[in-house]
Amino acid sequence: MSVFDGLKFRKVSSPIHNLDPRIKFFYVIVIFFSAILFNQIIVLLTLFLMTIPFVLLAHVQKEWLRSLRGAAFLAFFIFIVNIASSYFTSGYSLTANQIESAIAMTLRFIVLAGSFSVFFLTTSPDHLGLALEQSHVPYEFAFAFTTAVRFVPVLAEEAQTIMDAQKARGLEMEKGSFLKKIRNYIPVLIPLIVSSIRRSLELAEAMESSIDH
Amino acid sequence: MSIIETKDLTYTYPGGKFPSIKNISMEIRKGEFVLITGPSGCGKTTLCRCFNGLIPNFYQGEIKGEIIVTGLNPLKKQTHEMAKNVGLVFQNPENQLFALSVEKDVAFGLENIGMRREEIRQRVDWALKQVEIYDLRERSPHEISGGQQQRVAIASVLAMQPKLIVLDEPTSFLDPLSAEKIFSIIYEMNKKLGITVVLVEHRLDLTAKYASRIIIMDQGKICLDGKPRKILNTQETRLLGVGIPKATLLYQELLEDKIALSNEIPLCSEELANFLKEQLKAK
Amino acid sequence: MIEVENLHFIYPSNVEALKGISLNIRDGEFVAIMGQNGAGKTTLVKHFNGLLKPSRGFVKINSIETTKTSVAELAKNIGFVFQNPDHQLFSETVEEEIAFALKNFGFKEEVVKKRIDWAMNLLGLSQYRDTSPFLLSGGERKRVALASVLAWNPNTLILDEPTIGQDHRQKENLRQFIIQMQTQKKTIVMVTHDVEFVAECNPRVLLMRDGEIIADGKGTDILTNQELLTKSSIVLPQIAQIFQELSCFGLPQNIIDIYDAKNILIQILEKKK
Ligand SMILES: Nc1ncnc2c1ncn2[C@@H]1O[C@H](COP(=O)(O)OP(=O)(O)OP(=O)(O)O)[C@@H](O)[C@H]1O
Ligand SMILES: Nc1ncnc2c1ncn2[C@@H]1O[C@H](COP(=O)(O)OP(=O)(O)OP(=O)(O)O)[C@@H](O)[C@H]1O
Ligand SMILES: [Mg+2]
Ligand SMILES: [Mg+2]
Repeated sequence: MSVFDGLKFRKVSSPIHNLDPRIKFFYVIVIFFSAILFNQIIVLLTLFLMTIPFVLLAHVQKEWLRSLRGAAFLAFFIFIVNIASSYFTSGYSLTANQIESAIAMTLRFIVLAGSFSVFFLTTSPDHLGLALEQSHVPYEFAFAFTTAVRFVPVLAEEAQTIMDAQKARGLEMEKGSFLKKIRNYIPVLIPLIVSSIRRSLELAEAMESSIDH
Repeated sequence: MSIIETKDLTYTYPGGKFPSIKNISMEIRKGEFVLITGPSGCGKTTLCRCFNGLIPNFYQGEIKGEIIVTGLNPLKKQTHEMAKNVGLVFQNPENQLFALSVEKDVAFGLENIGMRREEIRQRVDWALKQVEIYDLRERSPHEISGGQQQRVAIASVLAMQPKLIVLDEPTSFLDPLSAEKIFSIIYEMNKKLGITVVLVEHRLDLTAKYASRIIIMDQGKICLDGKPRKILNTQETRLLGVGIPKATLLYQELLEDKIALSNEIPLCSEELANFLKEQLKAK
Repeated sequence: MIEVENLHFIYPSNVEALKGISLNIRDGEFVAIMGQNGAGKTTLVKHFNGLLKPSRGFVKINSIETTKTSVAELAKNIGFVFQNPDHQLFSETVEEEIAFALKNFGFKEEVVKKRIDWAMNLLGLSQYRDTSPFLLSGGERKRVALASVLAWNPNTLILDEPTIGQDHRQKENLRQFIIQMQTQKKTIVMVTHDVEFVAECNPRVLLMRDGEIIADGKGTDILTNQELLTKSSIVLPQIAQIFQELSCFGLPQNIIDIYDAKNILIQILEKKK
């Protein structure tokens, strides 16, 4: 079990799973833009809390929490970077405003991670693709979008396998100082990037043979 | 009619110290089933990348010599122009599929060349029936087995009716029965439809019987080229570490003990079994 | 010693990949696990070094349950080579790739160097010491992945499809290496589709199908049983095929080795003369 499970669709029946994917997509887009537009803590907190009923209705709280836990590390990182940069740029002092904006930035990330996670957990890429096509979204867009969405879980599963492979070679991801921990991700990230590139090349090749330019 | 013709083709990858293929001169004619094999790292995949223009369109590096594939020059044409004539099938079936259903995957190419709907329908159904997965046409390509996925990949290539199909170790991830099925489908395509096949494979025990010609490469060069029975009977083939089918090997072993079963060497177990049956019955 | 008792495993996507597996693998055994795509082979062996934990039942390694220890703890004794080399290669040179695990396990500098030389030599990679692993051919990348695990000389080796993309000479090297491992009482578990390679090695064979073990026995018994093999989507090795076709002449039916086959045929054919 891993943080990546927070991105994997699984076939179960719940009111949220059965919802028209276009509605869920619309909801995520609205959340996305609201989170980008507003930077008040109270608005962001509301957006975050709004997601929770959906999570409970869909019975995916376990997976959702796991994906948030995965995001927590990055969120913490965002927070530290924000605080540090305002501290240094404003002459080695911090104002309440600056702390507030660091919290807002972090919260914004958590809101985005949380809402995307619910979306991927409850929406099958196939349904989404069909729905987009039926609603007369231009074919190219629907195709690009569903292909991208389809590869999110594939990527997540691949990341899991890579982590397993490196753990089997004695890599301890959580060991060491803060910097060491970040460096521990290199043996996972590089194979992930390289095999994604390899895959996209082959995919492009397979599609190339069928496209008339 | 020649489908592939190369003259002194030499290619070095960017930053490579020496060429990965050296002075390759050969001709592959229409309707042939060519099996390319040779030690790991000898340049088989590199040669295939030249056939469809991935080299030099995607891989830079230094290329010398001449090459003509299906009448086109891959050094001058873009990959997608080559791709209409040359179908490619890779090792990992998962990486080649992208659409929402099997039939959409197969139809994708045809839609893009602007074919009419009814005609697409016919072609797709035909291609799916050729590889015997017509029943799976509405399934998602990510919900079917590896062997079935590889058949979808072949059907997608087949639907475009290419002149040449190049397959680079297409069954390494598949279980033996699925692998055997894929090879016999490729053989049928070659026999019935006359499509020229270039197959890269280490396991001759599964494939030698289908080939009309075997090319053995070593260190970037072609070192043996000819009819399967001739190639598998040379001492050189054994020395190169090529995996000769067990049936062929057993025949040769018996011959060393002065037991000659027939004039022809067998390529598969059925052939050897038949030779043996005759011997056993005769006495 | 690997002990597996009534092991069930369900992936988060609700796929029940293992349905009650029980088996023991003794120290020094050589086991091949075979079966159709999706039978659960990889899922099963991932339990042997704790990468997956049972949903039900247990797996014990040297009498310790895998749930009571960590992968890091188990890894040093249990080497695991994954199916796809692209899932583990990340270093700038082949040498560094092989050094990675050795350093993680805290081997001394001189030992690291020696082990790297040994592993590269074993797998025919010496000429690629300073080459980037990403610029190698498919078969060569697979061998780098193998070398990077063999290097630390673990007591148990788990190999997922080790012969993919390998020519006959490399397979023969691997077989010799396995024989050498066995003389040192090391355990080898190999997942594979390569029937001819299994026939050459003649290990204990486990057949899997739909998350269950449907047969467990000697290579000569299982690889000659057409009915069982077809159930697991496997074909008979060539020598067994030949002998099956000749069954009406009263030939023995448990032959998979080419030299056994040769001797039997010589006897029969000479007698007839
Ligand atoms: N992208 C690349 N950049 C540089 N060198 C490469 C690249 N790909 C392969 N090579 C080198 O070129 C040579 C030929 O590789 P190629 O992949 O053609 O071998 P192959 O015959 O297909 O081997 P295999 O049977 O292992 O797949 C090898 O020595 C390899 O190291
Ligand atoms: N990470 C995963 N998440 C969900 N389901 C999985 C995962 N990995 C495997 N499965 C499923 O579990 C079952 C067993 O898979 P496994 O990979 O163990 O098979 P295998 O015997 O190794 O097959 P192959 O010969 O193709 O490697 C399959 O149905 C597969 O789809
Ligand atoms: Mg290759
Ligand atoms: Mg597997």
